[in-house]
This record gives sequence, C-alpha cells and structure tokens, in this order.
Amino acid sequence: MAGAKEIRTKIASIKNTQKITSAMEMVAAAKMRKAQERKEATAPYAEKMKSVIGHLSHAHPEYKHSFMIEREVKRVGYIVISSDRGLCGGLNNNLFRQLARNIKVQQESGIEVEFCTIGKKALGFFRRYGGRVMAEATQLGEAPRIEDLIGVVKVMLDAYENGEIDRIYIAYNHFVNTMTQNPTVEQLVPIAGESEEELKHHWDYIYEPDSKEVLDGLLTRYIESLTYQGVVENGACEQSARMVAMKSASDNAGELIDELQLIYNKARQAAITQEISEIVSGAAAV
Amino acid sequence: MAMTIHVDIVSAEGAIHSGLAEMVYAPAVMGELGIAPRHTPLVTQLKPGEIRVDEGDGKEIQHFFVSGGILEIQPHVVTVLADTAIRAADLDEAAALEAKRRAEDALAGQQADFEHAKAQAELAEAAAQLRAIERLRKK
Repeated sequence: MAGAKEIRTKIASIKNTQKITSAMEMVAAAKMRKAQERKEATAPYAEKMKSVIGHLSHAHPEYKHSFMIEREVKRVGYIVISSDRGLCGGLNNNLFRQLARNIKVQQESGIEVEFCTIGKKALGFFRRYGGRVMAEATQLGEAPRIEDLIGVVKVMLDAYENGEIDRIYIAYNHFVNTMTQNPTVEQLVPIAGESEEELKHHWDYIYEPDSKEVLDGLLTRYIESLTYQGVVENGACEQSARMVAMKSASDNAGELIDELQLIYNKARQAAITQEISEIVSGAAAV
Repeated sequence: MAMTIHVDIVSAEGAIHSGLAEMVYAPAVMGELGIAPRHTPLVTQLKPGEIRVDEGDGKEIQHFFVSGGILEIQPHVVTVLADTAIRAADLDEAAALEAKRRAEDALAGQQADFEHAKAQAELAEAAAQLRAIERLRKK
C-alpha cells in the first residue's frame, strides 16, 4: 500500500494549516469590528475641527495660514500608511501599485518625491525600491495612538513650512465594506476644497493668546487627526482583508483535503483489490 | 429650568462627553475660564488640567482631564477639542527627530531614488500571483 501513509500525513498537515487559518479568520473578524468602531469614533473630532477652522477662516479672510496657500509644486511629500503585518491578501500591494502610478505621473512632470512611512510594509517597500524616506513609524498595534504619529506628521509639516516640499499627499486604504477596500491617494496640505457653504451665524472670536497661534495649533491638530483617521481606517481595512484572505485559505485547504482524501481512498481500495486477486489466484493455482 | 449651554468634549480617538450644562470650567493658557451660557465667542488653547462640567439641578459636577487642546465657545455651544497626548514644542520636536532617526536607521545603505520600473514589475508579479490563486480557487 505504497503512498497511503504519505497521503495521510499530508492530509494531517493540511488540516493543521486549516485550523490556523480559520482561527486567524475568526480573530480578524473580531478585530475588524473593533477597528470599525474605532474608525467611527474618530469622526466627531475631525468634524468639529473642520467647522472651527471654517469659522476661523471665515472670520479672518485676510489672514491665510501657509497650510491653506497653494504654491508652485517642485517637490511633494507622501505619507504612506500600510499595515505592519502581512497575510492580508493584496491590500498593501494594491496601495503601492496605486502609489507607484501616482509617483510616476509626478516624476514625469519633473517633480521630486519624498516619503514618510507608517507601518512596516511601506518601509519594506521603499527599502527595496529606493525613495527618500524622511521619517517612519511602525508597530502602532491594534489601537494606534495619536502620540505615535506626531513625529511623522511634524517632519512633513516642518518640511512644508521650510519650503522643502510644496504639497503633502496621504496614501491609505479607504474602507468601503468588508469585501472592498479602495487604495486612495489624497492631498493633505494645502488643505484642499475649503467648504464654500454659507455659515448661518458668523461672529468674530476673542482669541487667546492670539489668532495666529490658535490657528497654528488647530491646523496642526487637524492634519494629525486626518492622518490618524487614515491609520485607523487602514487598520479596519487590514483586518477585513485578512479575514477574507484567511477565509479563502481555509476554503482552499478544505478542497485540498477532499481531493487528497479521495486519492487516499482510491489507493486503499486498489491495495485491497490487489490483495484479494492475489489470494484468489493463489487459491486457484493449488 | 435654568439656562444651559451645550458641551461637547471630543478627542481624536473618540467622543468623550456631550450634554447640557449650566456652567463649564476649563484650564485655558491665560488662566482658568468659567463659561456660562451666552458667553462671548472665544477660541483659546488649553493647558493640561481639569475640565469641570456643572449640569445644575443638584447633579454632581463631572470632571474630565485634558492634556491640552483647543476650546471654542459659541453663545450656546462649547466645544473642547482635547489632546490625548501631552504636547509641547520640544516634545514634538523630539518625536519628529526620533521618527527621522528611525527612518535613517531602517534605510541605511539603500539607493537614493525611487526605482519605478523595478517596483512596477514586482507589483505586477504579485498581482498576477493573486489572480492565479483566484483562478485556482474557482476551479
């Protein structure tokens, strides 16, 4: 009965793998729910902030912060948000492909590019393909904290303020639903698309200590919160992509096991048939 | 019922408090503020400290700790955009330097410019692999 034992061990090992992938699937499903809640929790802060900034720029049309002024673009910065871990299908690769297309367009029009990376996969990507990485943050974990992002965002904003870069983009995966994640590259600074909506009331505020300082702090925090939102959203994408990938891996393992089981049964059957025919022919010979 | 003002306390990581109050006390950089309904519009930075929300009607005063942030007052709405991190110029600077240093360490000895062709080729390969897996799965 040659091969039967090998097939049996193979089936056992695939079963083990299947156990792992289905466990990962369940873990990812649980984490995905939490990540989605976290993503929704970030929305009110950014909304409030946007409305305060809207008020301020409305009340002070003469004062334009440098984060709001478009200027000629010679060099751009990208904040690239990826996951720390793999085994999440094509999530990171899809984002990098979108990004690579974007970079190509920039480079063709003679614009230089620089990067800040968040997450190990993005860092690994630029390590392989080059690209000036100004700052990085990894190991943010399941519940990223805004402290971990302050450094990266500040490096970019400082470079912007000093005129080293003229525009900042953010690249992350946009969460549509569990099955769909859209790689997205958006402009972060200068703050794009100021809302033109008419405010119902407008009044001038008293500023303490003064309007410039307040607006400064506000805009920095706004950009940080947008980056944070990107990170949290990418986290939700990571978990759902992993869940889907692990589900299909478990399904594949199941199919493989069925096939192998069939082969095993056939081999076993053939061995028995052969044995019987040997006995019968032996008996006939007597 | 006495006059009330709406209070929202939010941080980047989630909403903290939302409700009506008769009086709100907040630690502004220029000194503590007491905010009653119909306070004049004001925007200020906060320093680390405690925000107290007095809901009136003999209810207990609620305390929230903030490590800084921005306070916006409109006549009937108070919004606290709270920081969850301790912020200071030199701390931020240190964080920025740390992020830079990590990047330099991680990328020591790599080529300087983004190699578009190489990246594109390998990404295409990865995509092809994924497609192949999909096809195998459908069989």
